[in-house]
Amino acid sequence: MDVLRDQNWVLSVGTFLPLVGVLVMLFIPKAEEELSKLVALVTAVATLGVGVYTLTQFDFDQADKLQFFADAEWIKVISSNYTIGLDGMSLPLYFLSMVVTVLVMVYSWNHIPSPGNPKAFLILMLILQTGMAGTFIAQDLILFFVFFEVVLLPMYFMIGVWGGEQRQYASLKFFLYTMFGSALMLVAFIALFFKVRGALPEGVEASFSIPQLAEYGGLLGRSAQIWIFGGMFVGFAVKVPMFPFHTWLPDAHTQAPTQGSVILAAILLKLGTYGFVRIAIPILPEAAKEWAPWIGLLSVIGIIYGALGCLAQTDMKRLIAFSSVAHMGFVMLGISTLTPMGFNAAIFGMVAHGLITGMLFFVAGSVKERYHTLEIARLGGMLKQMPKLGWILGFCAMASLGLPGLAGFWGEFPAILSAYSPAVGLSEEVFRTFMVIAALGTVFAAAYLLWLFQRTAFGEPKPEFAGGDHGHDHGHGHGAHGDDGHDDDLHDVNIFEWIAWTPFLIAIVVFGVYPQLMFKVIDPAVQVALKAFGG
Amino acid sequence: MLSSILAQVPWQSPTIDYHAIAPEIVLAGGICLIILVDLFVSESRKWITATLTGFVMLAALVPVLTLAVSDADVRTMFDGRYVVDEFALTLKALFLVAGYVVVLLSQNHVEEGDYYQGEYYTLLLTSVTGMVMMASSRDLVSIFVALEFLSIPAYMLAAWRKRDRKSNEAGVKYYLLGVFASAVMLYGMSLLYGVTGSTLLSEIGSKLTVEGQFGGVEALAITFVIIGFAFKVSAVPFHSWAPDTYEGAPTPVTAFLSVASKAAGFVALVTLIYVGFPQAKDVWQPFIWVMAAVTMTVGNLLALRQTNIVRMLAYSSISQGGFILMPLAVAGTGDAAGPALQAVIVYLLVYAAMNLGMFAVVIAASRTTRSGEISSFGGLFSYAPALGVLMTIFLASLAGIPPLGGWIAKFSAFRAVLEAGNGWAYAIAVIGAINSVVAFGYYGNIMREVWMKPAPNGETSAVRTPSSLVAALSITVAGTLLFGILPGTIMRFGDLVDLTGAFGG
Repeated sequence: MDVLRDQNWVLSVGTFLPLVGVLVMLFIPKAEEELSKLVALVTAVATLGVGVYTLTQFDFDQADKLQFFADAEWIKVISSNYTIGLDGMSLPLYFLSMVVTVLVMVYSWNHIPSPGNPKAFLILMLILQTGMAGTFIAQDLILFFVFFEVVLLPMYFMIGVWGGEQRQYASLKFFLYTMFGSALMLVAFIALFFKVRGALPEGVEASFSIPQLAEYGGLLGRSAQIWIFGGMFVGFAVKVPMFPFHTWLPDAHTQAPTQGSVILAAILLKLGTYGFVRIAIPILPEAAKEWAPWIGLLSVIGIIYGALGCLAQTDMKRLIAFSSVAHMGFVMLGISTLTPMGFNAAIFGMVAHGLITGMLFFVAGSVKERYHTLEIARLGGMLKQMPKLGWILGFCAMASLGLPGLAGFWGEFPAILSAYSPAVGLSEEVFRTFMVIAALGTVFAAAYLLWLFQRTAFGEPKPEFAGGDHGHDHGHGHGAHGDDGHDDDLHDVNIFEWIAWTPFLIAIVVFGVYPQLMFKVIDPAVQVALKAFGG
Repeated sequence: MLSSILAQVPWQSPTIDYHAIAPEIVLAGGICLIILVDLFVSESRKWITATLTGFVMLAALVPVLTLAVSDADVRTMFDGRYVVDEFALTLKALFLVAGYVVVLLSQNHVEEGDYYQGEYYTLLLTSVTGMVMMASSRDLVSIFVALEFLSIPAYMLAAWRKRDRKSNEAGVKYYLLGVFASAVMLYGMSLLYGVTGSTLLSEIGSKLTVEGQFGGVEALAITFVIIGFAFKVSAVPFHSWAPDTYEGAPTPVTAFLSVASKAAGFVALVTLIYVGFPQAKDVWQPFIWVMAAVTMTVGNLLALRQTNIVRMLAYSSISQGGFILMPLAVAGTGDAAGPALQAVIVYLLVYAAMNLGMFAVVIAASRTTRSGEISSFGGLFSYAPALGVLMTIFLASLAGIPPLGGWIAKFSAFRAVLEAGNGWAYAIAVIGAINSVVAFGYYGNIMREVWMKPAPNGETSAVRTPSSLVAALSITVAGTLLFGILPGTIMRFGDLVDLTGAFGG
């Protein structure tokens, strides 16, 4: 195994630093809200600092190798080690998780959702950050599983405590779906370990190490591979989420507080797709070929279903949630082709979707804060009332529908293209059919996003909010914002929002104009992951 | 009379390794000491008995530790009827620490309830002594003596709240079913003795091997003995006493029963299966398989419907018992024997930490809520954040969510089962996986109350948690976190070689 072991403390520090912040925050009295926020923000920024350092020290010429590789004994009896490393596939996601956490913290400075208690809220967010970063650096299946699960409880509480009206239902649904998937996934992991142990050549010690399993996983018989892949598939597909396991997503997104939605969309969903490209497919190539057409089929169903779902929504946040189903369909379609181009597109798509949809959820949160509603029918004329917010929404909608020149394009277009010639052994006819359907999906995407933009931003503001610009002429009996005054609520983008959003907006443009920036990091690692397919 | 009988048989006293039985001696001395102290201290200073009991438990832990580091790996006494090996030492330590935590839990509860303190702690200590003996017993007779030693005080403890009818019911139910189980088990033991001509487990094991074939009598004997312990570990369908007893007994006693007493039952079960009947796996494997599957499923489904937290914990502990049984269901298959033993021991250690912790939180929180209803814990996080977080940690651990102790316990159980690798093993693994998801239904329900519901009656004044409870909470939460994050600390206990004479080897 060819790895770089220089500075192998970097990743551990980057992953566990948030927990240090949590420890400090435990000793801050609940009433000291400002101090809690400050400590949390400082921790997140410091973590990002470590992330930036990681970025500068990362050897981009050897992005195919695991870098900052560390390997320490952990649970010896079950041959599981604390093995961590970072390569070109995980670097963008690892870094993105840090950036998103910082920006969400900034946004939280004056946007702590009801019922308050920033201390607990921010502690959960820091724990989430550890879980997310850890998942992307873990190179041992058990370690991966632990980090994968660490994110569950914080998100459960974030939705359940700080969410909307149906929060308890949504949080439980989120939890049970994911837990069901991960229980089967764990059984699959253990079965994989035993099967590979039986097939290992003399003198090689069995372990849960992902690189080692990727090396020897191909030795397994076909039917064993297919069953084990099935277990993993359920675990990862629930998280992505793929049709038909997606039904938790609209509820969770709609009910989650803005911060929760952003993290969910930007990072948590990627844990599932990342599991496919890092674990399931490289380790079980034979099974991947068997499963690929089915994954592709579910992906395109997801694309069309998600788009149709969007067209039917009356709630802005729910619409964005359904668009996630469609976008993750493109990512999974790219993955199912088992080609380097598809994988590249998928990973680019993950990051792009994280930036764009994360941004859309931010905008939705701010709209909700101003209008106290997300019902599309009641919104309108945003461009007149709050031109900056309106234009940001427009920009994100354009990016989301895959406008060339913005990041979203480079996730979708190559994914569709890669379906034209899937990996050797996969049926071209089938995948070309998928390609056509997916291309149709982009038309739908344009339709629902532009329609959303049109209905919310164009035209005149609705009468109930019309007084907001200058008057105290309160709307027509809408109670929720009766007394706290329109002047306070209906304002344009404020300074915290600018700080939190600008990096997203810049990144969307930069990656859109110069996608090579990310592709050149991803590609070498993708080639390694697809070694078994002759890619 | 006696001397004349003794004179007829050439009898010489056995050599006794006093170091090996030092823990038992310390405990026995402690029991006498506490009875005496109880006689002479005034009513207002009865708390001394509690403190002393705690010290006795810790003092008994000292020889356990010295034995663990001593050179002799295995100390055998009475022709192999009483064995002190790694297996025994690990579990003795578990019983003593669990006993200590129960003393911490009891202190305020018993004192404030104005119960009979001296007697309470004497009986508690006696029961722990029985458990400590159980860990070393390798003979039908010594197993039975240890079992009664630990059970009889427990029957009385369950009925400790004299004037409470529920507590009386708890004691009577526990007693009647316990005695019934003992009778069934004794019948099985007598059959075993009749068939093999020995009460020594390792000899029974070798006899059963030589015979090879099993007749109906052997099968019946083994089944009856296992049923006897199935009562003790409250496996379905022998669980019916557990919920009523748990609900009626004083909460610290419930904690004791659901952790220590249950662990003792499993210890005996493991010893019997591994040392006594390793060759009879065709008899006990299917039996335990069915029992494990039914226990975790029924326990879970009934737990989902409970509104009282102690009853819910009773059913949850039944279900957890199913998970502990799960690896035993394949313990005779292929290479699974070692991992299965390890899984059982790891599960018992982790389960002790997290379940005692859970009871500690319930006891601490009930001081405010004054009720056992799950809905009365609403808003706990808002007015007592520390208790809310601790409760969340224990619940998450019970549900098996990493990186808390419970996950490594479940993981070891699954790993042992999958090591067997046949159809039965995969089937029970899937049943277990589904059940571990279902279990979140009720654990999550409490979390929801604690975090997401408002406090009932607007009650927001937290009652101070007494220092003994703080100590109990610290010990258990430290264990739960440590076992989960660094499982290596406990995973090295329970290698198969630790159980002397296991599988004839």
